[in-house]
Amino acid sequence: MFRDAWLIAGKDLRIEMRSRVGLNQIVPFAVTVLVLFAFALDTDQEALRTYAPGLFWVTVLLVSLLAIGRSFAVDLADGAADRLLLSGIDPIAVFGGKAAAIAIQLVVLEVLLGAGVVLLFDVTVHRYGLLVCAGLAAAAGVATAGTLYGALVAGLGVRETLLPVLLLPVVAPVLIGATRAFQDAFGVAGAEGWAWLGLLAGFAAIYGVFGALSYGALLEEA
Amino acid sequence: MTLLGRFPALAGVDLDISPGEIVLLKGPNGAGKTTLLRLCAGLCSLASGQGWVLGHSLNEERRMVRRRVALLGHRTGLYDDLTVAENVGFWARAAGASRQDVDEALERLSLTGRLPDTRVGRLSAGQRRRASIASLVVRRPELWLLDEPHAGLDQQSRDTVDALVRGAAAAGATVVLASHELERIQVLEPRVVSVVGGMVRTGDEPAGPQSPNTPSDAEDDRRVS
Repeated sequence: MFRDAWLIAGKDLRIEMRSRVGLNQIVPFAVTVLVLFAFALDTDQEALRTYAPGLFWVTVLLVSLLAIGRSFAVDLADGAADRLLLSGIDPIAVFGGKAAAIAIQLVVLEVLLGAGVVLLFDVTVHRYGLLVCAGLAAAAGVATAGTLYGALVAGLGVRETLLPVLLLPVVAPVLIGATRAFQDAFGVAGAEGWAWLGLLAGFAAIYGVFGALSYGALLEEA
Repeated sequence: MTLLGRFPALAGVDLDISPGEIVLLKGPNGAGKTTLLRLCAGLCSLASGQGWVLGHSLNEERRMVRRRVALLGHRTGLYDDLTVAENVGFWARAAGASRQDVDEALERLSLTGRLPDTRVGRLSAGQRRRASIASLVVRRPELWLLDEPHAGLDQQSRDTVDALVRGAAAAGATVVLASHELERIQVLEPRVVSVVGGMVRTGDEPAGPQSPNTPSDAEDDRRVS
């Protein structure tokens, strides 16, 4: 199963690298959102530093919608989704592979956006371990929930508009938890960062298990 | 019975196909040929009745059916941003096939020279079709389901597909084709099954040209199924 999951993840990542959609469209979009936040708040540098964690994660969530949408669009474009069903690959492996590919893309995006936040918002990292763990756990949570909801809407003509409506409320705990953890890591608020990290890890675990168990049924309907 | 939405796409199907047989599904557009192929592949569910493919129930064991069939549909099932070799290799690894199987499939479909390293998005329609067939060949299926297999192919590629079908049947695999190119298919000497309005009629019918009374695509589009 891990071999098949890696096969799916490798295929999705290779397609993203080849298409350069991430580099040419998604990353510029993410940086633009960050810069717009900076423009909106630039008269108050202290406010920028204070709100930097929240702005960072709102940007990550917005961009994750594009990555999740892309992940399913490439399968639907020319009938590969049917081929995946016929391939005999266990749906759990398909879920794991797609979620892993999305999570890896989000982590790369977080690194780039993190650098942007440090430069644009003038924040200083106080706890690197918490920052890294929260970033990884949040990426895993968004990726697992996103893969689940992406499959849910994949067969619908309105999937591009329906995905944000369904997914953003679901990942609100990730936004809250990751923002609190980053506030602690940036030293801008006295949040219990490690406790919030527990919430992020729990969210990722729950959606990972739930997604793996229900993915087969979702693929049938897609 | 199989439904497309709330409407029956196929009803009263009673069809028995033996291993190694080549069967042609004949009928006008919208008659239910593609739905019947997808049903046999385990991609559609039965609203009522029972069906077995390769000994597996279409009601309860569709996943088992899927592993053993190859479906060539109207779409290629390939990824535009991957090369031909990467696409065929991906589906080969998914099926547990080897690198040698990939090379053989590419050779068999005349996907040689620079074609294996060309992105599928840059291929012509015929080359894409051949790459799609190559990605099915590596699966070594026991049941081939081919929807308009000659569409978009040049004469040489059509001959290759015919040889593939004959070879598969000779090796014991079953081949079910849907095609409007009845004269072309005649060389394969298939058993002809007519699909009309979601109903299946079996019998020894000639695989000759279609009747001039065949409904036009526009007429078919107005039909429910």
